[in-house]
Amino acid sequence: MIELADISKNFGKVQALHKVSLKVQSGSIHGIIGENGAGKSTLMKILTGFISKSGGDFFFHSESIDLHSPKDAREIGIGMLYQEPLDFPQLSVLDNFMAGGTDFSPVKQRTILSKLCNSFGFNLDPENKVEELTIGERQQLELMRLIRDGAKILILDEPTSGISVKQQELLFDALRSLKDDGAAILLVSHKLEEIKLLCDEVTVLRHGKIAGYQKRPFAHDKMLQAMFDTLPASQPPAVKHIAGEPLLDFRKVSSKTGRSGLHSVSTTIRSGEVVGLAGVDGSGQSVLLRTAFGLLQPESGSISRFQELETCAFIPADRLAEGLIPGLTIREHHILSKKTGPIITSKSGLEKTRDAIKTYSIRGTPKTEVENLSGGNLQRLLLSLISADIQLILMENPTRGLDVQSAAWTWKHLHARLKAEGAIIFASPDLEEIMEQSTRILVFYNGSITLDTPTKATNYQQLSRAVTGERG
Amino acid sequence: MNIIMQIRRIVLISVLALGAVSLLLILLGISPLTIGITLAKGSIFSWLKFNHVLSVWIPLLLCSCGLLFTFRAGLWNIGVEGQVICGAIGATLVLRLDNTGLPPAALLSLALFSSFLAGGLWGALAGLLKTKGGVNEIFGGLGLNFVAQGAVLWLILGPWKRAGMASMSGTDLFPRELWMWIPPGWRVAPAAMVLVIIIFLLTSLILNASQFGLKIKAAGFNPQASRLFGIRPGLVGFTAMSIGGGLAGLAGGVQVSCVYHRLIPSISSGYGYLALLVVMLAGYKVTPVPIICLLFACLAAGSIQLPITLQIDSSLSGVIQGALVLSGLLVYGLQQGKSRGH
Repeated sequence: MIELADISKNFGKVQALHKVSLKVQSGSIHGIIGENGAGKSTLMKILTGFISKSGGDFFFHSESIDLHSPKDAREIGIGMLYQEPLDFPQLSVLDNFMAGGTDFSPVKQRTILSKLCNSFGFNLDPENKVEELTIGERQQLELMRLIRDGAKILILDEPTSGISVKQQELLFDALRSLKDDGAAILLVSHKLEEIKLLCDEVTVLRHGKIAGYQKRPFAHDKMLQAMFDTLPASQPPAVKHIAGEPLLDFRKVSSKTGRSGLHSVSTTIRSGEVVGLAGVDGSGQSVLLRTAFGLLQPESGSISRFQELETCAFIPADRLAEGLIPGLTIREHHILSKKTGPIITSKSGLEKTRDAIKTYSIRGTPKTEVENLSGGNLQRLLLSLISADIQLILMENPTRGLDVQSAAWTWKHLHARLKAEGAIIFASPDLEEIMEQSTRILVFYNGSITLDTPTKATNYQQLSRAVTGERG
Repeated sequence: MNIIMQIRRIVLISVLALGAVSLLLILLGISPLTIGITLAKGSIFSWLKFNHVLSVWIPLLLCSCGLLFTFRAGLWNIGVEGQVICGAIGATLVLRLDNTGLPPAALLSLALFSSFLAGGLWGALAGLLKTKGGVNEIFGGLGLNFVAQGAVLWLILGPWKRAGMASMSGTDLFPRELWMWIPPGWRVAPAAMVLVIIIFLLTSLILNASQFGLKIKAAGFNPQASRLFGIRPGLVGFTAMSIGGGLAGLAGGVQVSCVYHRLIPSISSGYGYLALLVVMLAGYKVTPVPIICLLFACLAAGSIQLPITLQIDSSLSGVIQGALVLSGLLVYGLQQGKSRGH
């Protein structure tokens, strides 16, 4: 039904997609699987007309077509179910269902809605406000809207993250019945299990290229290998300190924040450890870090800190939006973090700021406002703001958006400053980074820890299985 | 921001605002020049008139200083009017006390302190509604304005009514010795002038050169990130609202003790809203505020002459002030858009 032939996409010098070809037949479900940054989102954006391809051809029923806008994509029947529902939470289910359509007769649309609900086994009250629905129910609504609009090619982005098992079954049944009706479905997922359950064929993307293709029945190990590649066995960092006294203790900590929340997580972080939190984005790592720092309160369970909170620092993934204060200069950030006297003179913090700029090679002056710094410089500034006596450093995606040199510098710096009585906990979607930098690994899946292991006692295969939801 | 750009900005705003107002006047068949001369005559051409300007400038600058704190914290303190009224009530409360045995100077100081406290409490209430109750400070402030307005009417017509008969013209005048000293030929109290200048310098020091001022700015710019620096944005916002309310309350105290010598229903004279315009036109910066206050005070004082000499309603000054602020916002917006490369 649709065919991609040698699709490429460049963002400046970065090649996000390189000659990707795949076919989706009507009446079939095609899985796309790959790590973060494999190019899945770019591919979806091209298919939905949000961005245009740099090269290659797109065929619809063997006819070459250019998608210039989301409208073009919609007109040929491409419908996308986004990871975050794109709806109007304050409006009712019926209003949301009618939105974007062409017919605004409530009576008629209500009948269509209830017919669709019945055929899929969904149970939605048309009068309910959408904000009162679960993510899974919002997804059901969105799916029915796409069907009503005549979508024949459905693209689903990680449809099962954050929804219950029951809702997942309902969704899969709905997708199977749509497939039987002749729809072409493209399922983007991290989860091997659901690909195996649902798809007829699967394409593995890695670094923007096709790394593998299989038809049912799938060879599990080959799929994993294509996804994560077989890397030369990377050396975990030399253990600098032996794990010592407990610093932080989580006892049955649960939270409803984030996509999957936290479900009764228990673990103890000890001094000297570098703990890597692995898992698909939003599986609970960020919630754990924020709860540990005190930005979030757990719904239940307890966190015992064996040290004062003052000796703990948190560096979030979105450095500019969550970690720094746009509008303030580098020097002002240093004044805020170094607690100079109550009055700020023209000399306050100036020397320390200059030292930091030099030591951390930040490309800026004390007067530079932080929003004018690039990613690597922002990260170095954040690191420079952590005072020397901080024991526990919590970091979310420490090297996200950094080039190879900046990333290497960051880790060198972090390992160098780790003291025997301190620890580092960091989350990263990149297994390679986790394997190389941490002394202990916690793997998160749907808000739970599915694997807790010293780095030297595990391997790539075991980790990648745990990340995709397999225990053991 | 270099000095040339600042000057260019001021020139642009003035040209835009004056142009718009002149156009309007010409369309109405009134000479802008005549208006200008009348306004100037009514404000700066005589010592007495200039005194009148100063008597507007003092409370306006106090309110504006308060707003600088709240704007810096990223809050829209729309409740300044109510805070001025509460301050006036606070001062009146002290000045109506009988047989305190305190010397007048002490009582007057106490009255001003009480006005600061009362306004501060009113501001704190809006802050509390925001941080604890989740009520947007704009709605909280607006609601509290109505409550304060109701309270002052109730006091004037009820418990604090004039001897004999309640009157909308206010309470009884305070005894002469409880009037703030005003030299012969003057119409403003030197003490109030000194007070407002000290307050402005303190505001400038705190906001531009103190750790606390930097914390307010950080919490205002990015509350989420400020928490990583050990700042509690809720507490900072609450403190800023309290200070802002306190300074507005002080304006009310000055109105009662130095200008009217009694409590009147319209004691706030709209300075609370006018101060919002002042601070917006100043681009939320400290330094231009006293000058803009002076300009606005001249317009307000000068416009009193309009109905007398030209039979034009004095609300024209409001039109000019509004045009200035709109031009200001427009120029800021355009310059910001330009610097972001749009």
